[in-house]
Amino acid sequence: MPATARPLSPHISIYRWQIQMVTSILHRATGIALAFGTILLCAALLALAAGPDAFAAVRAFCGSWLGTLLLLGWSWALCYHLLNGLRHLLQDVGMGFRIEQFVRNGWLVSIGSLVLTGLVWACVIAQRGGA
Amino acid sequence: MSQLRTPLKKALGLGSAKHGVQHFITQRVTAVALLLLAGWFLWTVLSVLHLDYAGARALVAQPLNAVLMLAFVVAVFWHAQLGLQVVIEDYVHTHGLQIVLQIAVKFLCFLGAAASVLAVIRIALQG
Repeated sequence: MPATARPLSPHISIYRWQIQMVTSILHRATGIALAFGTILLCAALLALAAGPDAFAAVRAFCGSWLGTLLLLGWSWALCYHLLNGLRHLLQDVGMGFRIEQFVRNGWLVSIGSLVLTGLVWACVIAQRGGA
Repeated sequence: MSQLRTPLKKALGLGSAKHGVQHFITQRVTAVALLLLAGWFLWTVLSVLHLDYAGARALVAQPLNAVLMLAFVVAVFWHAQLGLQVVIEDYVHTHGLQIVLQIAVKFLCFLGAAASVLAVIRIALQG
């Protein structure tokens, strides 16, 4: 909460939603989600170091409906943040700033993140079926 | 005496001389590191999923995988701290709360990185 109640300029409530702002907001949101996702990475490494029982507990959590839901969300967040992060790095060196390029690349990373997430889970399901 | 000093000498080491963009650059350097490690990381996680405990441990214990995992956890917690710092700067406008949150995020990210590094070293050394 701000310390003083200063007037604010109109914010996202009055703007038409467009890909330029959505990709930016999602980059931040997925970044925050991934920061929390590092807890699972840390837990998995600690469990792997601790022993078979701890590792089995982590694996059981990942197999539960909550664990699967979190993994689904985090895997998409990782794919999105990865592809849009690459887009940001290219923008940092001055590429892709023409409006049509900016919009096209926005759609490219958005759809690409879904495709990449699908590929990752296709690998998971194929392994589960084969094992 | 003072006019013998060049303007450059006066500027170096004062203010933000070349350090003002350090956060920006570190965020991007860790991003590039994570970008390079991302393919290996996804492959490792997918491989661990269909291995039993001994197999998963042996995979992470391989020297190359252990080194890359160390690099990954350091880069990921560093990048997370830098990113969360900007989010807090942008949205938390109460001075005291912002300081508390910034310090808490730094401490938690360091603890996460330290715990992960110790876990990888234990796995790597015990095989």
